[in-house]
Amino acid sequence: MRPEPELEQMLSLAPSRVHEAEGLGRRAFALFQAARHDAPLVWVLAPRAEHLPMLRGLPDGVGDRLHVIRPASETDLLWAVEESLRANPVGLVIAEPSLPLSLTAGRRLQLAAEAGRTTGLMLIREGQGSNAAETRWHCAPVAGDARDSTLHHWSLIKNKKGTTGNWNLHWNGATAAFDLVSAAGQRHRAAETAR
Amino acid sequence: MALADARAICPDLATRPADLTREGAALAALRRFAIRYSPMVARDGSDGLIADITGVPHLFGGEEELRTDLHARLERAGLTVRSAIAGTRGAAYGLARHGSGIVPEEGLAEGIAHLPVSALRIDADTAQALQRMGLNRIADLTAQPRAPLARRFGPHLLLRLDQALGWQPEPVSPEKDAPRFSVRLTLPEPIGLQGDVMAGLSRLLDRLCETLAQLHRGARRLRLDLHRVDKEMVQVEIGLARPMREPDRIAALFAKGVEEIEAGFGIEAMRLTAHVTEPLAPVQLEGGASERREDALSDLFSRLGNRLGFDRVLRLLPAESKIPERSFLLAPAAYSEAEDPPPRRGPERPIVIFPPEPVMIGGMSQPGHPPARFRWRRMSFTTLRATGPERITPEWWFDDPNWRSGLRDYWRVETREGPRLWLFHTPQNPNWSVQGEFA
Repeated sequence: MRPEPELEQMLSLAPSRVHEAEGLGRRAFALFQAARHDAPLVWVLAPRAEHLPMLRGLPDGVGDRLHVIRPASETDLLWAVEESLRANPVGLVIAEPSLPLSLTAGRRLQLAAEAGRTTGLMLIREGQGSNAAETRWHCAPVAGDARDSTLHHWSLIKNKKGTTGNWNLHWNGATAAFDLVSAAGQRHRAAETAR
Repeated sequence: MALADARAICPDLATRPADLTREGAALAALRRFAIRYSPMVARDGSDGLIADITGVPHLFGGEEELRTDLHARLERAGLTVRSAIAGTRGAAYGLARHGSGIVPEEGLAEGIAHLPVSALRIDADTAQALQRMGLNRIADLTAQPRAPLARRFGPHLLLRLDQALGWQPEPVSPEKDAPRFSVRLTLPEPIGLQGDVMAGLSRLLDRLCETLAQLHRGARRLRLDLHRVDKEMVQVEIGLARPMREPDRIAALFAKGVEEIEAGFGIEAMRLTAHVTEPLAPVQLEGGASERREDALSDLFSRLGNRLGFDRVLRLLPAESKIPERSFLLAPAAYSEAEDPPPRRGPERPIVIFPPEPVMIGGMSQPGHPPARFRWRRMSFTTLRATGPERITPEWWFDDPNWRSGLRDYWRVETREGPRLWLFHTPQNPNWSVQGEFA
């Protein structure tokens, strides 16, 4: 069953803004967002990072659009992110800064995202975000009860233009589709009566 | 002479295999030099050059002076040459290879009369047959009746003879020069402002891109040499993410490099070279939205590549290997095309892969099964569910130091704490390591 459009709206990132994601599941969240954008993707890895996205494990239609940038220093990383955000054809820029983002840097990235009409997603370590971020997500993988379950707990912990929220959902990492799990006590609006 | 004979005569003989490619390149370079004596210079065989100097010698003061000048210059370069000037191409060829000197226009027949018949550019068999008949010199040949000669040796001999004596025309056809994608600008007054350099650069780029367009080529790397007043030279080099010949888009990439150069007392000459070019067919300029998007994307990669290095702007390409690290390639985005990823089949793969990190095992576990409790990256995990094993054996034809520990059994381990990890066990060298994270 396809989730309601409102929920899809809640889980998608506002365009032309820079967002942040933290927690152990932040890379899964980034790929979930990547699968929901249909333009070229840029993933700026942290300087001297040893991990790489694995082509065979990426969601469908992401591998051939993904460009990986491995900058040599933190300054180069911020510059590369800013340039990529400023470029019009890029759909989503994912970056993994290894140092806390300053307010100046965060603001510059917001301006670049507005100029290039590109969405940015910074994968930060906990507590290293910038106040300029539009939204901040805390993402954690959750152990599922059933076999082959891929349960995620994504909570929106900061939102400049709306409310925060919590979602538990199944996303198997293969397509853009997901399956929302309604957890008791976390409903954010009144239940509807069955028709 | 055979090499063995030569060695027998002179045991200390130093020999080296002939490098025909480099010899050819050297001759081509010499040909370019010889253009100073005539616009019509061509290679003549593998060891000579022929120049049509009609109307040229008076610029050097006469034929004798021209030849002296040529010899002096080549001697300074360390070359030993033999040269001849004659009224026809055939006569000059023969004279340069059998003696040398200058044959005046009117005395052509007498001038080459003493040369052996082999100077006529005929094959060795014909020359030998002529000598056997007692016809050793060109003078002997000209004295013979033509018809029997033609009957016996074919028309080729007479054609060569006629060409040497000027009875048949034989023009020099100079080779076409390889296109040079290089333009320069000499300034009447030294300049030092960034805007002035950029203005000069845009003039150069207009000319260069016109040349590129005529020859259907696009620049891939460009170099701007700036000659300063104090005889110093500064260089700015840029790379492009794909062949291109639009002046405005290339100029934008130079801006950063030009900003950083030190102009000193001023710049008096500029030279722009496209030293790497690739074929680029003409395209319809009023392209659709997708073409504009592609242009903008390649502009972005040019910008990123010029600052970070083109080997840091990468793309993932599928590769044929079962080894996880080698199941994909990292290729520079500027030099590769996107490929469709391989179809999703077989066991699941993690979204992120990293070099194996050993885990610390706490507690007991079934042999051959993932540990019930382990520590990784200073976090403790309890195994909730494990899927596997998937056995991957090292590629024996490829000695990878990371795979020295032998075959690996991969497990997808779901932990009670949340993360779904890709663990492997090396049964030949019992150890557990983490290599990836699933969504």
